[in-house]
Amino acid sequence: MKIVSIKDAIANIHDGATIMVGGFLACGTPEPIIDALVEKGVKDLTLICNDTATPTTGIGKLVANNQVKKVIATHIGTNPITGQKMNDGTMEVELSPQGTLAERIRSGGAGLGGVLTPTGVGTEVADGKQVINIDGKDYLLEKPLRADFALIGATIADEKGNLYFTATSKNFNTVMATAADVVIAGADLIVPVGDIQPENVAVPAIFVDYLVGGES
Amino acid sequence: MSKEKIARRVARDLRDGDVVNLGIGLPTMVADYVPEGIEITLQSENGILGMGPLAGEGLANKYLINSGGQNVTVLRGASYFDSAFSFAIIRGGHVDMTVLGALQVDEKGNLASHIVPGKMVPGMGGAMDLVTGSKKVVIAMTHTAKDGSPKILKSINLPATAIHAVDEIVTELAVIEVTDDGLVLKEVAEGVSVDEVIAKTEAPLKVADDLKTF
Repeated sequence: MKIVSIKDAIANIHDGATIMVGGFLACGTPEPIIDALVEKGVKDLTLICNDTATPTTGIGKLVANNQVKKVIATHIGTNPITGQKMNDGTMEVELSPQGTLAERIRSGGAGLGGVLTPTGVGTEVADGKQVINIDGKDYLLEKPLRADFALIGATIADEKGNLYFTATSKNFNTVMATAADVVIAGADLIVPVGDIQPENVAVPAIFVDYLVGGES
Repeated sequence: MSKEKIARRVARDLRDGDVVNLGIGLPTMVADYVPEGIEITLQSENGILGMGPLAGEGLANKYLINSGGQNVTVLRGASYFDSAFSFAIIRGGHVDMTVLGALQVDEKGNLASHIVPGKMVPGMGGAMDLVTGSKKVVIAMTHTAKDGSPKILKSINLPATAIHAVDEIVTELAVIEVTDDGLVLKEVAEGVSVDEVIAKTEAPLKVADDLKTF
């Protein structure tokens, strides 16, 4: 784990990268890292996130700046630009039920071959997916998701990379930290090792490759 | 007024100790009418059990929002968790009642609430998991669409959010239960006739023997 500048942390994020971004309507999204990606101008990104926030918040900023090729999300209704791009064919949108998205990411990070969920059986979500009957009940096989990078928004990090999240900012951050090749965490505050009690660590430091932030 | 009436009626279904998830919009209003002596725990799918009212002026914590992105508060004894855990609560049958709006419901309890192809494509968010996993699914909506066309149909024609998922429909005109034998009209609103409800409903309705007024 290295504490670096945001510029150095995102240096390897390339055109066409697949990136998981924590946050729920941008709550828990590391905004300074998103801003740096907007400035860097990397293109053709595939983003995996709960939603596309708004044109001026969260990953919505990358959508608005035409840097995104595909989004895998549960909800895009709060960002009209996402809908426009989907309708005019300039960006692909894959919608996934929220619980299913969480479990696909979790299985990607947990070494599982996927999950069996009853959610989406009999709907368009089931199209092209295997239906498996377990003890008389139908489930969809949902395959794991992984990414090249995960961008995690923590409230407090210690200098080792242990992460603490306040209130509702855990959301997708915790599972995403397990499911990407390179994990970049942005924290509001960076404290000495030991200042976060072990029981308050939601993402252990072993998952974090680069830590940025601590400005506020 | 009709929204209030719907919210008030849905609230009467709440039982003491229920874990409840309320959708965005009208369903959220149900929390304002919880009957006296009933204590419920509100779940928000972005990671809260024990959600309280909206945060007042100057009291917003930017890290504390509901699933609609509004700044909220939590009650004493609340808890926070991540999305995987939140949907373990939801999908795992630990939510007693979920209340949400709908575009269409049919006599088999099939629900369309998340998409109008080519027009409105916001996505399902947590709705599919909520209606699949909650013990009781209540649809709170206006009885007909804005143009007067029925929303309670023989068969939904918009993409399904879930099949065989709905237990009860509450509108400004009626309370309708979804049973294995079709829809049963359980209650009509004060001043509303059974004939009016039937006329505004495409699916056949059986009138309950003990029809009540609300």
